[in-house]
Amino acid sequence: MIPALEVRGLTTRFATRKGYVTAVNNVSFSVAPGRIMGLVGESGSGKSVTAFSIMGLIDAPGEISAGSVRIEGEDMRQMTPEAQRKMRGRRVSMVFQDPMMTLNPVLRVGDQMAMAVQVHDRVSKKAAWERARDALDIVGIPAPTERLQAYPHQLSGGMRQRVAIATALLHRPAVILADEPTTALDVSIQGQILAEVRRLADDTGTAIVWVTHDLAVVSSLADDICVMYAGCIVERGTADQVINHPCHPYTHGLIQSVPSLHEPGRKLPQIPGSTPQLSQLPSGCAFRNRCAHATDLCRTDPPDAARGERRVLCHHPLEEEA
Amino acid sequence: MSEPLLKIDHVSKRFTRDLGLIQRGLARLTGGRGVETVHALTDVNLSVQRGEVLGIVGESGCGKSTLGRIASGIYAATEGSVTLDGQPVAQERGGRTQKLTTKVQMIHQDPFASLNPRMKVGETIGEGPRLNHLAKAPEVRARTRELLEQVGLEATYVDRYPHQFSGGQRQRIAIARALAMNPEVLVLDEAVASLDVSIQAQVLNVFTDLRRDLGLTALFISHDLSVVRHVCDRVAIMYLGRVVELADASVLYDKPLHPYTEALFASVPTLGTGRARFNPIKGEIPSPLNPPSGCAFHPRCPLAGPRCRAEVPRLRGTTVGRDVACHLHDGGTGVEAA
Repeated sequence: MIPALEVRGLTTRFATRKGYVTAVNNVSFSVAPGRIMGLVGESGSGKSVTAFSIMGLIDAPGEISAGSVRIEGEDMRQMTPEAQRKMRGRRVSMVFQDPMMTLNPVLRVGDQMAMAVQVHDRVSKKAAWERARDALDIVGIPAPTERLQAYPHQLSGGMRQRVAIATALLHRPAVILADEPTTALDVSIQGQILAEVRRLADDTGTAIVWVTHDLAVVSSLADDICVMYAGCIVERGTADQVINHPCHPYTHGLIQSVPSLHEPGRKLPQIPGSTPQLSQLPSGCAFRNRCAHATDLCRTDPPDAARGERRVLCHHPLEEEA
Repeated sequence: MSEPLLKIDHVSKRFTRDLGLIQRGLARLTGGRGVETVHALTDVNLSVQRGEVLGIVGESGCGKSTLGRIASGIYAATEGSVTLDGQPVAQERGGRTQKLTTKVQMIHQDPFASLNPRMKVGETIGEGPRLNHLAKAPEVRARTRELLEQVGLEATYVDRYPHQFSGGQRQRIAIARALAMNPEVLVLDEAVASLDVSIQAQVLNVFTDLRRDLGLTALFISHDLSVVRHVCDRVAIMYLGRVVELADASVLYDKPLHPYTEALFASVPTLGTGRARFNPIKGEIPSPLNPPSGCAFHPRCPLAGPRCRAEVPRLRGTTVGRDVACHLHDGGTGVEAA
């Protein structure tokens, strides 16, 4: 089966006064139709830039310097800008963190959704509104016909994010990239949206890349997980493998920092130090300064290890417990 | 039980806003009032014992931050009182709120916004003690260095500016600033919410150490149930300006009783339990401008009956260490009504 999204060796760098900073470093993964891939990392790990790079939304001083992005087998990076533009919103679409920033405040929900339909398909305005209504229905918005008449400020945060997801769905894309879409929402609303998204992937076969810093969210939502650190995917595997049997010391440390896994009131195991600046990465393995298992090898050679579908970027991976 | 250190007694807080010209005209025609009232807090009773950490949990708009601000004397309560060791923490005078104590200190969510970017860290930490004449200048300097070490930073950082620090380090500076006033109670309003998980663990560990060394008393306001479980002795769950459940953390997390608490716990994704079957709460939080009649949760509650629509449930004790505001849990009458 052709994967809905296949990313190979994607590298994005930004020109600064001190030279290039590589924000996404040789990132590869693929997502099959109907699967949800969780792209997890802390701030500055490059997870959002990865999503923007897949969409081809990198502007100067940034540039995608290497790699390929295939949507259902077609390489976006080989296309003309015009052809790329036709892909965006139709075959691959994106949902952003803050729905108030992505919806136009002076247009009715129905008008802006219909516009998104008519950009790609030559249909009447009436038909476009009907498509918009159906999309709102899919994401579980009650009374969708009335909501189309509303302006964004008349909707709650959760409703706005549903509108953003519905807009992404209008052309039944093969891939949806979602960048921290529930981070700004309350837990009860987040629960509602996660339930809708899971159902969406299962029912429509859309592949979803869910970018987040929240390990608990991906562990309960995603099929597969990629963990990013300093621009690299340091560990990749199924959700169960990565969460319950992490092999990379960073993933292990990250999971151990979550309070719910420990007895209340005890000190939490912590990763020392903080995420390095991308412009001042240590030699060899980017994580070695904070790693308890680091050796001389980690200082000199950047790790490059792949174990079948399970990828762990580490010279001394932790043993996978039974 | 000894007298509580911090007592929040029948506190209500309403914010009013004058309507615009057109709305005012409409209000006059329909016989309404010319002001809009937000019921941020309604009849909240809480007490914190010395050395205890009380968690305040709720979703946005439930009034948890307002409660934190009233507890630290930034806002005055519309009704009711907040006392520290029997003394009020704030008073209203000439339309302005006057803070009466420095013994309650607040730590805010965003350390990028709460530290003055133009002040050196040492000045920021020392400003409170200096302005309140708590110590002489050389003592303040020594104390500042001591505090920085206490929160896990280096004493030499006093001459640096906030932009030279990461988010986690800034939050430690904010904690040091609060501690500089020798507070009896700390109010932490989403103090770790903006931090990455690994940094959050570091800051929580600083808090755990400080608690052990200084015997801190604190109000810990958060929406993150797993963090609250980790640091709090007792937890109050809030919904639309009221406390709906109050219990020892172990009791509450073992089995939530209020339908809202139960649904909230069910909505939170947990780590390592595999793919979840989501069973979210239906609907959205109603507007505090126009709260529903009776129990504020009744429009979303799967168990609501006629009594829930008519009568506001009171927070009352059920078993040892637990209070619930729900008709279903006051002797079973609610169940029959449903």
